[in-house]
Amino acid sequence: MGWTKKVLRVDLTKGTCKSEPLNMKWAQEYLGQRGLATKYFIEEVDPKVDPLSPANKMIMATGPLTGTMASTGGRYSVITKGALTGAIACSNSGGYFGAEMKFAGWDMVIFEGKSPKPVYLAIEDDKAELRDAAHLWGKSVWQTEEIIKKTHQDPQTRVCSIGRAGENGVMFACIVNDLHRAAGRSGVGTVMGSKNLKAVAIRGTKGAGGIRDGKAFMKATTAAKKVLAENAVTSQGLPTYGTQVLMNVINEMGALPTRNHRDVQFEGARKISGEAMHEKRPTDGKANLVTNAACFGCTIACGRISKIDETHFSVVNKPEYWGATGGLEYEAAWALGAANGVGDLEALTYANMLCNEEGFDPITFGATVGAAMELYDLGILKQEQIGMDAPFGSAQALVKLAEMTAKGEGFGKELGLGSARLCAKYGKPELSMGVKKQEFPAYDSRGIQGMGLAYATSNRGACHLRGYTVASEVLGIPVKTDPLVTEGKADLVKAFQDATSVFDSAGVCVFTTFAWTLADLQPQLDAACEGGWSMEKLTAVGERIWNMERLFNNAAGFTAKDDDLPPRLKTEPAKTGPAKGKVNGIDKMRPEYYKARGWDDKGVPTKETLQRLGL
Amino acid sequence: MQKSLSIDANKCTGCLQCEMACSYENYGVFNISKSRIKVFNFEHAGRMVPYTCTQCAEAWCLHACPVEAIKIDAATGAKVVNDATCVGCKVCTIACPFGTVNYVAATGKVQKCDLCGGDPACASACPTGAITYVDSNWTGLDKMQQWASKTDTQSRANA
Repeated sequence: MGWTKKVLRVDLTKGTCKSEPLNMKWAQEYLGQRGLATKYFIEEVDPKVDPLSPANKMIMATGPLTGTMASTGGRYSVITKGALTGAIACSNSGGYFGAEMKFAGWDMVIFEGKSPKPVYLAIEDDKAELRDAAHLWGKSVWQTEEIIKKTHQDPQTRVCSIGRAGENGVMFACIVNDLHRAAGRSGVGTVMGSKNLKAVAIRGTKGAGGIRDGKAFMKATTAAKKVLAENAVTSQGLPTYGTQVLMNVINEMGALPTRNHRDVQFEGARKISGEAMHEKRPTDGKANLVTNAACFGCTIACGRISKIDETHFSVVNKPEYWGATGGLEYEAAWALGAANGVGDLEALTYANMLCNEEGFDPITFGATVGAAMELYDLGILKQEQIGMDAPFGSAQALVKLAEMTAKGEGFGKELGLGSARLCAKYGKPELSMGVKKQEFPAYDSRGIQGMGLAYATSNRGACHLRGYTVASEVLGIPVKTDPLVTEGKADLVKAFQDATSVFDSAGVCVFTTFAWTLADLQPQLDAACEGGWSMEKLTAVGERIWNMERLFNNAAGFTAKDDDLPPRLKTEPAKTGPAKGKVNGIDKMRPEYYKARGWDDKGVPTKETLQRLGL
Repeated sequence: MQKSLSIDANKCTGCLQCEMACSYENYGVFNISKSRIKVFNFEHAGRMVPYTCTQCAEAWCLHACPVEAIKIDAATGAKVVNDATCVGCKVCTIACPFGTVNYVAATGKVQKCDLCGGDPACASACPTGAITYVDSNWTGLDKMQQWASKTDTQSRANA
């Protein structure tokens, strides 16, 4: 069956926890995790709801393969209306927390209302209760996890929590599990904080059972692991360099957004790359990278475990940061580095640690610092307002601003708004580099055209994980397309978006798609789940999920105007590199995409499309 | 040839495929809380270490058992718990210096690694070669070889 067929409903206002059966009709139509939880969310929540009001709900959901031997089968997602975006939010995380939820016997947990005082949810198999969190409020993610494990006298408890960023209303707060894995984007942690929910602690001893056909499942998962083991990206590139394998590659192709997208190549890229993390530092003779690490069930192991340079100015008097912990992934290294012009690997490592420790999204944070540095450069923000000199390239400013944002102090409060609100406040809304109030990740769409369309049409605001055409346009997966042209990108983006919706709903990691196609996932799902999961059914599920999310956003007030890129990417050509002279052709791609989707020219799914998808 | 599990913690990524394989082999369910091999994560050192029974030749657990529920599998050398005989007294869990015999409250018996009858599921599932099943007499052979190559390089460099 794959599913546990049980949903935990937590009413924070009343303080109750109730078990209810999973809607198996919906499970057949939306699979699990992202798709199924979004279906629940949309059925229960008014699209116009204020994300930070008690009427917004938040769902933590696993997929049918979560907690199984399927490679990377440890994922869970947080579904809500995003605080940062006001759009449907779905943030996915690895680590061990998702599998533990499954082992405790729950497919998903639905949080509704708002607790009158800080609480955390404690789950031990069937037993679930809200407990007082007064002693945890004001504590970091790292402290919270440690205190809960001590209180429960159980080091095997898995915890997700918000840090001080989530408590302080930082609009891009995340929910961090297992110390350094995060449901990172769109402000899902802000929503959690608004509900006075500090943490969820789970101990599951029941395991993931009820696989439909155990023999077929073991055969299918073994075959799929072999595909990962024989693919150069998933067996060598990612374990060795992590996602940071991309830093030099993307920089060389002139698609590394630099200094708030003023440039597309960063002169310091080499110094903050995956290769640099392997090199011995002149100061202490040690490399930044200690080892790679896997999330639950993952046979790729792209995770970075780093140790910071103890002599670096950011931590020289802070031994609490000297231990090994989660290190820089590509998106974080880009946002904290190239986006601000900061080429100091150790400063980035420290800022990234703060993001994990206090629970805020390094992509939005770094990009917002980039925007603030541009406002400073233009003389719109003054030294007195920021509280320091903040020119592009200042590692000192980056570090200080990360600390201030974490604590909600001084100008950190304004950075906590995210770049869209910050730039609007200072009369320069066009300087916010994002879509639907969410900042771009690490690919400049002037150099990778398809990503412009993927960003503009992503249902959760600018995001690389909704339709990663980089795979095709840069790496040639599954086929190589020209990154500099718009032709064919509408269909490409649609195909990636629909397939990704399935992967995000299955319980596995989207990074498997460097090696897997839907055809590798299908036999695993079909062996695990009842109901006959053919390629046709999965393809339809993917497209159905995408359109369902779109309908929610349309009802929430988003229109075709929101499927757009900031003027800089449409009017200021790339200055250097292979994309020199190029702008993004979003206005050409958008209508083609609407047509490919079966939407009208306003971006609304036609009656025929809805009928075809059973919506 | 008798074989042993050989563990190279440097290769472990902490994915827990071994724990899932162990529980699936023995209980037909993916449940790491029932696994007989455990991966310990020393977070602040950045080290993941798989750990399980090493099948001592003179096994403390076997000698401590008052009802002779732990027997030697002649083919593999594994010390195997006979559930029908085990009375759940837990004396073996006290006798074992390594903590690798564990009491299971749900069944009222102890459990330990039995090498899966000679084809350990954990070793088959390990994606990085951190857990292998090799000739008992040569569990350190690959490490020897690794260090030998370094010694050689050193002497060449010095020459």
